[in-house]
Amino acid sequence: MALLRINQLGKHFGGLHAVSDVSFSLKEGAIKAVIGPNGAGKTTLFNLISGVLSPTSGEVLFHGKAIQGFKPYRIAGLGVARTFQNIKMFAGMTALENVMVGRHVRSGAGFVASMLRTPACRREEVAIRRKSMELLDFLGIADCAEIEATSLAFGQQRAVELARALALEPTLLLLDEPAAGLNIYETAEVGRLITRIRDLGVTVLLVEHDMSLVMEISDEIVVLSFGQKIAEGLPTEIQRNPEVIKVYLGE
Amino acid sequence: MKLKNLALLPLLAVIVLVQLLCSWTDSVFYLTQLTMSAYYSLLIIGLCVLMGYAGQISLGHAGFFAIGGYLSAALTTRNLVPFQDQFCVRLLDAAGCLTAGQDIYGEALLVVTPWAACVIAVLTAAVVAFLLGIPVLKLKGHYLAMATLGFGIIIYRIVLASSYFGEADGISGVPGFTLLPGLSVSGDFSNRAANYYIAWGFLLLAMLLLRNLIDSRVGRGLRAIHGSSEAADAMGVDTARFKLHTFVLSAILAAIAGVLLTHYNGGIGPSEASIMKSVRYVAIVAVGGMANLWGALIMGVILNFLSLRGLFGSYDDAVFGLILILIMLFAPGGILNLRFGGLRLLPNLIAKRKREGN
Repeated sequence: MALLRINQLGKHFGGLHAVSDVSFSLKEGAIKAVIGPNGAGKTTLFNLISGVLSPTSGEVLFHGKAIQGFKPYRIAGLGVARTFQNIKMFAGMTALENVMVGRHVRSGAGFVASMLRTPACRREEVAIRRKSMELLDFLGIADCAEIEATSLAFGQQRAVELARALALEPTLLLLDEPAAGLNIYETAEVGRLITRIRDLGVTVLLVEHDMSLVMEISDEIVVLSFGQKIAEGLPTEIQRNPEVIKVYLGE
Repeated sequence: MKLKNLALLPLLAVIVLVQLLCSWTDSVFYLTQLTMSAYYSLLIIGLCVLMGYAGQISLGHAGFFAIGGYLSAALTTRNLVPFQDQFCVRLLDAAGCLTAGQDIYGEALLVVTPWAACVIAVLTAAVVAFLLGIPVLKLKGHYLAMATLGFGIIIYRIVLASSYFGEADGISGVPGFTLLPGLSVSGDFSNRAANYYIAWGFLLLAMLLLRNLIDSRVGRGLRAIHGSSEAADAMGVDTARFKLHTFVLSAILAAIAGVLLTHYNGGIGPSEASIMKSVRYVAIVAVGGMANLWGALIMGVILNFLSLRGLFGSYDDAVFGLILILIMLFAPGGILNLRFGGLRLLPNLIAKRKREGN
């Protein structure tokens, strides 16, 4: 069964059709990439799936259940995590604390329990800290744990953001340009990382400009242009698709 | 107890030391202003969590203070004898919330007990904060400031215009509040030291609870909202609910401060509800460094103490306005973070120790 199904999704801003009539589905345990020229509607599509925007038409089905129009925090609670194109660290918090925020939906202490620091709350806190440290370790940045996140190097911030998203224990991970601003070595590293994340059982949907990365790690690719889907298929098919070549290289 | 809460022990030592010093040097009158400062600081540390950590400004916290103070003052002084047969009054009576007595002219007097009045006052403030917070916290920046300012003005005009709340005279003759047998919040000179400890006890307790809160799942959620609301949302933090709960929490602390200070002073006047009071609280949180509970506490005590000692004379409000301007211009990180040639004005050892202790 498809983990995520996008059904004739559309988003119009006034007269601008940022996304129109896009449909595709995402198999559990797969890596799927959404590519397309600038302004093709990729980030809008991500915002529709993660709840930042609500669609003008169409459906987003997660585990077969319609989730379009839900608030972002509810969608996160269902197990959909995301990263941002321009990294959004929580300023004034350490790398570890940033990742600990990711455990939010997997823990439950409220205002009163937190203030009184009940034994249950304390146990939960220990578990949150341990899990978050494990994730920093998984991403190879455990030694940055106590450093303020915004003062880390760019690549490390990306890793923290990824750890934070993984802390949510997502079934679906949305990555918005995970290789943006990285050099070729770091990009290759991110590629290996995404494959490892997939091997953990997380389904990945990514938006990416770096073609070598997309072609290497994706199981399937969707191509958008001016808000419409123009192709979908295996990387090898997409590379040969005349429509796609036309959009990318011009006629 | 976690190691980091031991940081409260030096404060406890200072509190005891100050009291002893005052009694040895025959200057116990200082304790009165220190007690009042502690109650104001109770409000200020609550506001600090709202402003510094949740990132929501409120220019209406004197309003919540006034709801607490005025309701407990009115309920414990206004005679209910003429309304004895009304349902509400009979209900309160049945619940044991009323106390009978005689006024100074020997007339029968029936008033609400301080405990019941306190509960009613604090609950009212909480409910008002909840109902106000739902629409208002959707606003950001200046719009939120304006909306909370509007709320503050409404409360101020209500207490000033209503005869139930004593109009411009306020309410006086508020009885003491017996918390426990032998432990009473009142302005009696004989109780001065005890009241000093009661006030600081409340402040320390609130400090402990708020520090726990900041360093917890909820606190991280709040700081995340402040850091990036969009990313906090994407991590599953229900930002609207968290902001609302923090707003209510800070209103509850403000109301408790209002209740206790009113019993301590034996009355309350409309100036406690004025906009300048709200501005003063915001200024103190800013001086303390916004996201800094210790800063808010220390500055809250120092500045309120100086103000209550009359150091600023009739320029009191002007001084706090000036402080706000200077802080915004020259030390937006708060006065404790001000650096002179690499040296901090007041070395923030506490914060450092906290980081190392974890």
